[in-house]
Amino acid sequence: MIRFMLNGEIVTVEGAAPTVTLLDWLRETRGLTGTKEGCNEGDCGACTVTVSTLDDTGVTHQALNACILFLPQLAGKAVRTVEGIAAPDGELHPVQDAMIAEHGSQCGFCTPGFVMSMYTAHRTGRVDHDDVLAGNLCRCTGYAPIVRAAQRAASRPVPAWEIDERATLETLAQSGDMSGEGLYLPGSTASLAAIYAAHPNATIVAGATDVGLWVTKQFRPLGPVIFTHRVGDLARIERVQGGLRIGAGVTLSRLRGAMADRHPDFAELIRRYGSVQVRNAATIGGNIANGSPIGDGPPALIALGAELTLRHGEDRRRMPLEDFFLDYGKQDRMPGEFVESIFVPDQEDTLACYKLSKRFDQDISAVCGCFALHMDGDVVAGARIAFGGMAGTPKRAHAAEAALTGQVLSAQAVRDAQDALTQDFQPLSDMRASAAYRMQAARNMIRRYWLERAEDVPTRLVGPKSETGVA
Amino acid sequence: MASVHQPKPHDSGPLHVTGAARYTDDIPAPAGTLHLAFGLAAVAHGVVTSLDLAPVRAMPGVRLVLGPDDFARMPDVSPSPAPEPLLCTGEVQFHGQPLFVVAADTHLQARHAARAAKVTFEEREPILTIAQALAAGRLLEDPLEWEKGSPDDALGTAPHRAQGRIEVGGQEHFYLEGQAAMAVPGDGDEMLVHASTQHPSEIQHKVAQALDVPFAEVTVQVRRMGGGFGGKESQGNALAVACALVAQRTGRAVKMRYDRDDDMTITGKRHEIRIDYDVGFDDTGRIAAVIFDQYVRCGWSADLSLPVADRAMLHADNAYDLPAARIRSTRLLTHTCSNTAFRGFGGPQGIVGIERVIEHIAAHLDRDPLEVRRANFYAPGNTGQTTPYGMQVEDNVIHGIVDQLTETSDYSARRAQIAEFNATSPVIKRGIALTPVKFGISFTLTQLNQAGALVNVYTDGSIRLNHGGTEMGQGLFTKVAAVAADAFGVDATHVKITATDTAKVPNTSATAASSGSDMNGMAVKAACETIRDRMARHLCTAKVLWHDRDEEGKGIIDRDGHPVIREHAFDCAPGNLVFAGDLVSDGTHSIPFWAAVQACYVARISLSSTGYYATPKLAWDRTQRSGPRRPFYYFAYGAAVTEVALDTLTGENRILRTDILHDCGKSLNPALDIGQIEGGYVQGAGWLTTEELVWTPPGPANMGGRLATHAPSTYKIPGCADRPRIFNVVLYENENAEATIHRSKAVGEPPLMLGISALMALQDAVRAAGSDVLLDAPATAERLLNAIETPRGSGW
Repeated sequence: MIRFMLNGEIVTVEGAAPTVTLLDWLRETRGLTGTKEGCNEGDCGACTVTVSTLDDTGVTHQALNACILFLPQLAGKAVRTVEGIAAPDGELHPVQDAMIAEHGSQCGFCTPGFVMSMYTAHRTGRVDHDDVLAGNLCRCTGYAPIVRAAQRAASRPVPAWEIDERATLETLAQSGDMSGEGLYLPGSTASLAAIYAAHPNATIVAGATDVGLWVTKQFRPLGPVIFTHRVGDLARIERVQGGLRIGAGVTLSRLRGAMADRHPDFAELIRRYGSVQVRNAATIGGNIANGSPIGDGPPALIALGAELTLRHGEDRRRMPLEDFFLDYGKQDRMPGEFVESIFVPDQEDTLACYKLSKRFDQDISAVCGCFALHMDGDVVAGARIAFGGMAGTPKRAHAAEAALTGQVLSAQAVRDAQDALTQDFQPLSDMRASAAYRMQAARNMIRRYWLERAEDVPTRLVGPKSETGVA
Repeated sequence: MASVHQPKPHDSGPLHVTGAARYTDDIPAPAGTLHLAFGLAAVAHGVVTSLDLAPVRAMPGVRLVLGPDDFARMPDVSPSPAPEPLLCTGEVQFHGQPLFVVAADTHLQARHAARAAKVTFEEREPILTIAQALAAGRLLEDPLEWEKGSPDDALGTAPHRAQGRIEVGGQEHFYLEGQAAMAVPGDGDEMLVHASTQHPSEIQHKVAQALDVPFAEVTVQVRRMGGGFGGKESQGNALAVACALVAQRTGRAVKMRYDRDDDMTITGKRHEIRIDYDVGFDDTGRIAAVIFDQYVRCGWSADLSLPVADRAMLHADNAYDLPAARIRSTRLLTHTCSNTAFRGFGGPQGIVGIERVIEHIAAHLDRDPLEVRRANFYAPGNTGQTTPYGMQVEDNVIHGIVDQLTETSDYSARRAQIAEFNATSPVIKRGIALTPVKFGISFTLTQLNQAGALVNVYTDGSIRLNHGGTEMGQGLFTKVAAVAADAFGVDATHVKITATDTAKVPNTSATAASSGSDMNGMAVKAACETIRDRMARHLCTAKVLWHDRDEEGKGIIDRDGHPVIREHAFDCAPGNLVFAGDLVSDGTHSIPFWAAVQACYVARISLSSTGYYATPKLAWDRTQRSGPRRPFYYFAYGAAVTEVALDTLTGENRILRTDILHDCGKSLNPALDIGQIEGGYVQGAGWLTTEELVWTPPGPANMGGRLATHAPSTYKIPGCADRPRIFNVVLYENENAEATIHRSKAVGEPPLMLGISALMALQDAVRAAGSDVLLDAPATAERLLNAIETPRGSGW
């Protein structure tokens, strides 16, 4: 039995399979057809809903993709759909008004998703519209009128009829265990560890941005499912001796915040890692544990010298992150063992992250190159360079590192490091990029790292080192 | 206030933003509705050697499974005379071709069951590319060739000559709402079909033929689509036919929608094209002659490929006078999805060809491409010049547009600033380009240029409007409602817009070729004027009595409890009665419109009428080389200036600024038209930059030919941040030279081709990076980096 709040009312769902998506349930069981299915894989945002969660800081409101959100992930939370934001008397919410006034809808099919992204941003005071809307695809308008609508709505206050979910969420927090048949909703890491050790064939689901597709696209049976979103202590970021300890359940959204001052390039990489909806769901633990060769978190973390803590029952082991990735699809993880935390050592920020994808936002990397070079004067004292998309795993470029280490960072050293990349990698060709392009782009990333330090010229299309003024 | 020429919002806006707008899958389904999914071929080419559907039948919730053996005669879903079987009947023609259909209690059960079949194939080598199809001689029809003047002679004597080739990729529609249909069986042989389609009449015909019933038994309704872009002109036939067949066999309502990956795998896309050219020109870049060889990848079946390829030929000139030209078109069959209509319908491909030629000439002469463009424009106005297909260009406004746009976009100064910037920026290079559009408006199959409407006026003064056009987001219904409101002189809120319905307006053409508001607007206007003229003829000499109403529309009762009756007797000629401001007036006296309607009802005047329109002046037969040659009623024009920034280390890029000046004639609705222009531009720019369709090459496991980019995770349409940072869109002050609906011009397709300026701006930036490589499309970051690295010897 799962209880959550839907458009202001508590609903109880009994007997639903753990892999029923919120989208299917809304449309087919509740008849709330305003939320649309555009892609069924979290890429188009037509199914965007707002999910409110009670946490240490109060109530947070986040946009999420309902198509890859399993019902148990909502246990104890509040869901708002496009049908639930106007006033009881029908008066439209400011973002709805603005969308009409600015001609922001044409075919209208993506509109509910845009409205919910805009609603969430409006409620939380966000005005970085390009980022807020990066996870919503529109094929009709070219986006200009939608951004104008978001800007127009931003000047209007949150309406007086807005529902305060806090009291209900506090009540729901008392609901106790909502576990069911083949469904586990542990409340602590210790409990998670015990359940997983006892059921090593279970699937751990954190944000479901990847596992969601196993269900909606691949029809893979998950076996017993352990949901981690109620494991509060898995989602902590703590200052510890010599660095930051990041719980595996920390979402990319929160990690971005934690990295903004320490390693701004990592924060920007996380921004481009996925849309707001994806970042709100995806966890850094999932990003590591699924072992994807093109996950963007690992290259940056490897460059930062991050260490991984794995846990099985009460046993823990710790390893450099790069050692976790053994081969394509194969990680150094035993049955029943899970990623518990990542340790990022304190260091001077020399990190540069270069993400290359076909589309700038909300796209999977063709190549992701991350560089941390520690200098002793003009000489490279230590180099950590890691790439995604260049091998079957996220991988360090040891030969390129060696070519730079101990050298003055010069055109010659850069050329040597570029040439050394062929010893490090034999990339593949696929629909994202050819092998040759991957290699040339990786070579050029080394050059970019050097140019950014050697010359005062614009080297990027967006961000602080850009000339375009594009934020 | 007038209804036409006003920037009124989309009529469905309030429903869109609240989630209340119903799309096909949102229509409440009757109890017991079955859901369908297709089982798909796992190879691109081959023969099905065995098809075991027993495991499918054993899956949970499955009620019916139909394979090729379950039909005495395989239903046809083709939009052309060439047949296209609903299910593969032996030889697999593309990866993803439907092999069987499964009906289950839920959508998810049907999808699961569709993967349970045991199928074996004898795989054969697929023909995938244009080059392979050419080598194999797989032609859809004999090459078509049009000639003007003596191109060979003119090429021989031209001071300069250049030859080249451009390859341009296809494009996935990515309508946000996937294909969907629902069939509900009625009395006897009746079948009601709800479909997300641009072409309800064709669905009606295909369904009726599949059910073997007269067309009159089948009704197709479409309230709205969640985007179409041409992808719902013919691609919905299969779903509707499958639903109707299962509904006929089970007596239940049946629904089908493609999951996104299935949709992208099964349905056709924009035609990929290769264009070889040979051009002769003088020192100013003025073209003397050009020869185009267009090679069009049609996919596995005819679908709409012949008219699409024709339109590519018909736009090989774009806005340029070609004194001598030969245009040859070869239509090739491949083992890929059958390519279909997509906004522009071949026109964009033809235009990219000539725009590339212009760039090549400019590079050859080291001139600003804009100078070369200007040197070749058709003469202004009624040019006296003819297109390569023999039509007189009578309405040319491209000079005025380009003159104004170069000024408002500050083109010259910015070009100088960009050169200055590039001189000191080794990594980021900027580029700028202006490209024009001249697009022919009308269906090139002349018989399609007709439209019908049905208008009912009710005795409370409300008006119910129906016509053959479909609403896919373009605002057609809003525009046509404005036409109706204007005809009766009432506020548009009195006009009820209704779903397109084959039972109300028969024998309609697809909502396509940008013709929706031109044709349906005129048909509606005709219907409204018929009713209005009947009313006027009666009212001009009638004594009109009416029960007065208050502001809320309630009948006013006097103190004694009697209805307040008002009366007026007009005495004028019918033509002197004016319908405006919700009133009917002779200049001195006026009565409410609703009162006039009531009076007409009482006098037994018909308040319902059909309307009909056939586009005039057209004369075209694609197969004839002589005779009158006017495929288009008129041309729509526009131009765009795009500035880009290019990262020369990766090929990544951004559009910094776009300025557009576009000709909508006297716009029916400036807000909706600007929306079409903004959206069309971004869609066109996406086609030519990030939107790349990739089919797998042969590998160890299979012979390839699978669409690898079958989801938004791998196929990248523009996102929010890809729109131009600065985006100035202005409508050009103009009136259609032809007597179109309120002198407006069609706007659906032409703006897509404004996106070509993004490709050419990238070309300019590549040039600034020291490369003279001419770009193919889509100019992905990979292609761009390759172009930059090639002169350095590090290309691939």
